[in-house]
Parts: sequence; C-alpha cells; structure tokens
Amino acid sequence: MDIPYTVEIRRDTGLTNGKIGIWLFLASEVMLFGALFASYILIRTGAPTWPRGDTMLDVPLATLNTIILISSSVTMVMAWASLMRRRFETFRLYMGGTILLGLGFLVVKYFEYSAHFHEGALPSTNNFLAIYYTLTGLHGLHVLGGMAVNAYFWGPGAKLWKTNPVWFTNRVEHAGLFWHFVDLVWIFLFPTLYLL
Amino acid sequence: MTSDHAATSATSDHAAAAMTGDHAVDIDKHVRIYITVFVALMVLTIVTVTVSRFHLPVPIAVTVALIVAIIKGSLVACYFMHLISEKKLIYAVLALTAAFFVALMVLPVITVHDGFWIH
Repeated sequence: MDIPYTVEIRRDTGLTNGKIGIWLFLASEVMLFGALFASYILIRTGAPTWPRGDTMLDVPLATLNTIILISSSVTMVMAWASLMRRRFETFRLYMGGTILLGLGFLVVKYFEYSAHFHEGALPSTNNFLAIYYTLTGLHGLHVLGGMAVNAYFWGPGAKLWKTNPVWFTNRVEHAGLFWHFVDLVWIFLFPTLYLL
Repeated sequence: MTSDHAATSATSDHAAAAMTGDHAVDIDKHVRIYITVFVALMVLTIVTVTVSRFHLPVPIAVTVALIVAIIKGSLVACYFMHLISEKKLIYAVLALTAAFFVALMVLPVITVHDGFWIH
C-alpha cells in the first residue's frame, strides 16, 4: 500500500503527511532536550558552587565544532536547494559534504571525550560532568542518527529521485529539518556548557 | 501571503510546483539568504566566544549568551527550517510545544528561589 500524501497536499492540514510528521517528532525532541535543560538548571541553581565551563572543557575545540555544525546546516539546505534546481549531482556533493562535516563533529567530540577520560574527568566525578556527558552524549547520538539518514539519501535512497523526484525532494527536506534541529540544540548547548 | 513572502516559502509543498514549472520559485534568492544567514551565524559565534572572555558576572553573562543563542537559533529556525513562512498547523504545534517548554524551564527556577511559592 502506498503511503498517502507524500507528494500531494492534504486539504485539511495544508501539508504533506511527512512534513507534519517530522514537525511532531521535532516537538517531542524539544521536550526531551527541554527536560534535560531543566535538569541542568535545577542542578546548577541548587549547587553551592558551580565550575565555569571553560575551566574544565576545551572551548577552542567546541568553537570548532560549532563552526562545523553551522557549516553542515548550510550544506544540508544547499543539498535540498540543488534538488529544487534539478541538479542531482550537486545535491550529492552537498549531501556528501554534510555527512563528512557530521563525521568531523564526532571526531572532534571523540578527542574531547578522550582527553577528559585521560584526565579522569568522568560522569561520576561531579554533577557538572554528569550533565555535560548526558547532554553532549545525547546530542552526539542525534548527530549519528542524522548522518545515517543523510547517508541513506546520499546512497541507496537516492534511487527514488529517478521515479519520484518530488517525493525524494520532500524527504530530503524533512531529513534537513532534523539536521537543522540538531544544529539548533548545539547552538544552545555550546554557551550553556562551555562558556557560562 | 505576499509575493515576496511566497518566494521565501519553498517548503515541501512548493517542491512539486517548482519542478513542474507551475510557479517560478526563486531558489537563487533562497541561496543568497542561506549564505547571508551562514555569515551572520559565524559572526554571532565569534561574539559569543569573545563576550565569554570578559568574565562578566554570571547573571549578565547568562543573559548575553542566551540572547545571542536565541538570535542564532531563530535564524536557523526561520531560514534553514523555513519557519518564516510555514502553514498555520505547524505554528500551532510549535506554539503548544513552546508553552510546555517555557513551563519546563521556569519550573526549576521558581522552585529553588525563595519568595515565589516554596520557602
């Protein structure tokens, strides 16, 4: 059975099912990260002392990761724009770039985590590190998940372009919405954990 | 929706129109906006890091960092996620989400400060 309203617009919602589906999912994601941010506020405001992030974490590496993730959002939206222009090969280049930038983010994060572990700075060390690892770990899993979806559309999933280019373009846009959300979360995580 | 507004709303429902040529969606204009937003995000990242080096008092530092992060987040949401010109249903879903999110953020703050309701 075909999935309904993947290309044509539903009259009652004014949207494709995929579009409303991804936004509902992102709404649930806002609450997931919201609960963790609320935990951070509760732990921090309840603590007698709280370390500045830059005394325990690597700000230059995190700044580099911010630049990487913002750049990947641009390549992601350019991948979608390339499909809108019917330039499939350009789409592949931008989507490939997005995946590589995501990989770059995780590699930098790996070096950060390795340095912390080497210094004995573990989640059990104190509450700051516990919430740091929880928030950045969950965010890292989202980067990994986004990369898997993007890799699918770069590779085997791209076959859909030949048979139904509009549906494929919509799917890439929805994957992009998730990727931009992951970028958006990092925009708030970076100053919260590293700079304050 | 104005014609200019329509030009910035190349959401999924515009994909079919753009590809079939029913509407002339100006993707080039979008691309210029994306590049401008990218530059703005980079500049604001530098601002965030630079301000943190001044070691301002915590309440001021938190306020400044949050304002810059909200501006950056809004740019990503409005332009990369096309929220500047979405359908009403999406706005309704997000308004509900925002209300619960704000409640989630405010709740821990008011429970730890004397003078609100818990003493």
